Amino acid sequence: MKFELVFRHWDLFLSGVWVTVHLTALALLIGFMIALPAALSLTRRSRFSPLVRGYVYFFRGTPLLVQTYLIYYGLAQFEFVRESWAWFFLREAWWCALIAFSLNSGAYTAEILRGAIKTTPTGEIDGAKSLGLSERQVTWLILLPSALRRALPQYGNEVVFMLHGTVVASIITIQDILGVGRTVNAKYYIAYEGLLSAAALYMMITFLLVRVLRLVEKRYLRHLDIDGGAAKAGKKIAAAAGMPVMR
Amino acid sequence: MDKLIEYAPLLGSGVLVTVSVAVLSLVLATALGALGAAAKLSRKSAPRAIAQVYTTIVRGIPDLVLILLIYFGGQRLLNMIGHAAGLDYIEISKFWAGVISIGFIYGAYLTETFRGAYLAVPKGQGEAAKALGLTPLATLWTVLLSQIMRMALPGYGNVWLVLVKSTAVVSVIGLADLVGLADKAGKATREPFLFFVAVILVYLAITWASGLVLRYAEVRVNRGHET
Repeated sequence: MKFELVFRHWDLFLSGVWVTVHLTALALLIGFMIALPAALSLTRRSRFSPLVRGYVYFFRGTPLLVQTYLIYYGLAQFEFVRESWAWFFLREAWWCALIAFSLNSGAYTAEILRGAIKTTPTGEIDGAKSLGLSERQVTWLILLPSALRRALPQYGNEVVFMLHGTVVASIITIQDILGVGRTVNAKYYIAYEGLLSAAALYMMITFLLVRVLRLVEKRYLRHLDIDGGAAKAGKKIAAAAGMPVMR
Repeated sequence: MDKLIEYAPLLGSGVLVTVSVAVLSLVLATALGALGAAAKLSRKSAPRAIAQVYTTIVRGIPDLVLILLIYFGGQRLLNMIGHAAGLDYIEISKFWAGVISIGFIYGAYLTETFRGAYLAVPKGQGEAAKALGLTPLATLWTVLLSQIMRMALPGYGNVWLVLVKSTAVVSVIGLADLVGLADKAGKATREPFLFFVAVILVYLAITWASGLVLRYAEVRVNRGHET
């Protein structure tokens, strides 16, 4: 094992970490902004809900890799795309990856939020209404704060999955953590070192994230910890947070 | 459109590869998951520790990284051993590298699914079987297994759906699966959009069909538990 080759290129790996983290955070942020209205429209049968349902089904039913290929390689096929203003973004692998990841994360997050909104105890809504709150107030002051908290454990899984999903970016030439690992491997004709370093970095980031997510949950879900200390609800949530379950 | 028809036989063989990789990995993952769950539930600490390391590593690393490690790293490792044993150059087939990697990854997820399902079966069931004098193996086989299956099915179905989508990344190691072939066909005809849309439709069809089967299975294992 020649790990000194990896250490010699520590700056490459550092920039890889930055690209991965940056891409994950932006995709999650944009995804969340898509997911919130999408989830609200799914739970209250607006006239957009068939469209939203189609969007969620499409992005949850197909591989992220193919979605990325479709946007990066597929759209470039059309001349009108190449001649439009959108080409400024669509010719760059980075923007294509960001668009694909955001839309993908938006679909998964919408489904998570929909579930959380649907399981809101009706008493909370009825209570708010009986206090004379308007529809909009009920949504923003009661429904969403309550639902978003309950969505936290599942959303934590989505965060980890998005982090892991960003490896797709390395396939379309982006130098994220895996991209750098493969570059270093190819440069020195070695089999393990670059990939093992990438794997170790992903693992470190994952565990750091899980740790942070658990703290956030502890903070925002403490109201479920009714009888104090190691109440059942709190324990259950912590257990769910520790393992990135399937989304 | 006529390009798609021209390439239909090729894409068909790609679908076959994708589906076989998915099904074979599911078989391997199920076996590893059962083993892992048994190890995690074991009273001895060594199996528990091994299973813990297994699930922790797999869930901390993205699937593509593991696939590349198993394919390229495994190749090197195998040849180092082979060379020491005086064998010729051995080449791992891409197909089996894909199956082993994906099976290995999803075995870790199924470990959790099966462990959870086992723990969800009421304790009294096992105790009653023991009181009737059943051996542990008979208890597992005749009393617990059907109930574990009922509890595990929703999670199992979920893992299957994620696994199918995960098979797309095996195209990166050069396997001629649906995605790999569509990529090549798209480049050859300069109509990548058309071919990737076709790929997406195939994946949607697989997801849809799996949904039907899973719903049927769910009804079947829940007989007598209808609410």
